[in-house]
Amino acid sequence: MSYEEVIFYVVGAVTVAAAAGVVFSRSVVHAALFLMLALFAVAGIFILLAAEFLAIVQVLIYGGAVTILVLFAMMLTRVRDLPTATDGPQKPFAFLAAVAFAATSIAAIVSTDWPGNTDKVNVIAFNDIGTALFTTWAVPFEIASLLLIVALIGAIILARGEEGD
Amino acid sequence: MIPINDFLVLSTILFSLGLYGVLARRSAVLILMSVELMLQAVSINFITFAVYLNPDTFTGIIFAVFVITVAAAEVGLALAVILRLFRNKATANVDEADIMKW
Repeated sequence: MSYEEVIFYVVGAVTVAAAAGVVFSRSVVHAALFLMLALFAVAGIFILLAAEFLAIVQVLIYGGAVTILVLFAMMLTRVRDLPTATDGPQKPFAFLAAVAFAATSIAAIVSTDWPGNTDKVNVIAFNDIGTALFTTWAVPFEIASLLLIVALIGAIILARGEEGD
Repeated sequence: MIPINDFLVLSTILFSLGLYGVLARRSAVLILMSVELMLQAVSINFITFAVYLNPDTFTGIIFAVFVITVAAAEVGLALAVILRLFRNKATANVDEADIMKW
């Protein structure tokens, strides 16, 4: 077993454990902190995949902005005051659906014969990603910025409320 | 080196945990967090396929950038909707938001 595999298994175990903490923990605040850990661990997975750019973006956007927003939502809605209402009666069915999905997907992954070289990570250079993003993918890139603006304005309108509210 | 299947199995487990969270949780904030887990699993899958099988055009990496962008927009909007729901109904429980139920 190479040292890369050891690191992968450690980071993967942290990811899965933190994700399990998000969905199984009784306390909402604990779930949010587990989410933060899971997102940082996924950034580690990105580094193992030689995608450093995405790892940095992950830490900045998810580790920084998204978890803070979720914690804000939690404080403003006081969901932590209702600890008994975290899980619904559909829990066993949800468990069944998740297990069925995982079993089907893992069976498909194991039985598929992937084309090409499947045991080596190809390093993709920073400047290649930048060039592709601003030439081949320029139109989707602009649409993404438009989407962000629309989402921002929509969020302000929704959260602000009516006049005199 | 790490075989491709390890990454794919990890992302499947992550996605299944997110799926369970979305279906089992009742608080809108917890559902939002589970959706984030699912999006992370999808990103891992996209990047894995890009770096292992498609290093020439690496569409998966570009797509992962867009996934993160859309996720940021989604979290902002979802927060606004949850705040609105809480202001109108004094709850963030999705079972009680049934005004549009026929």
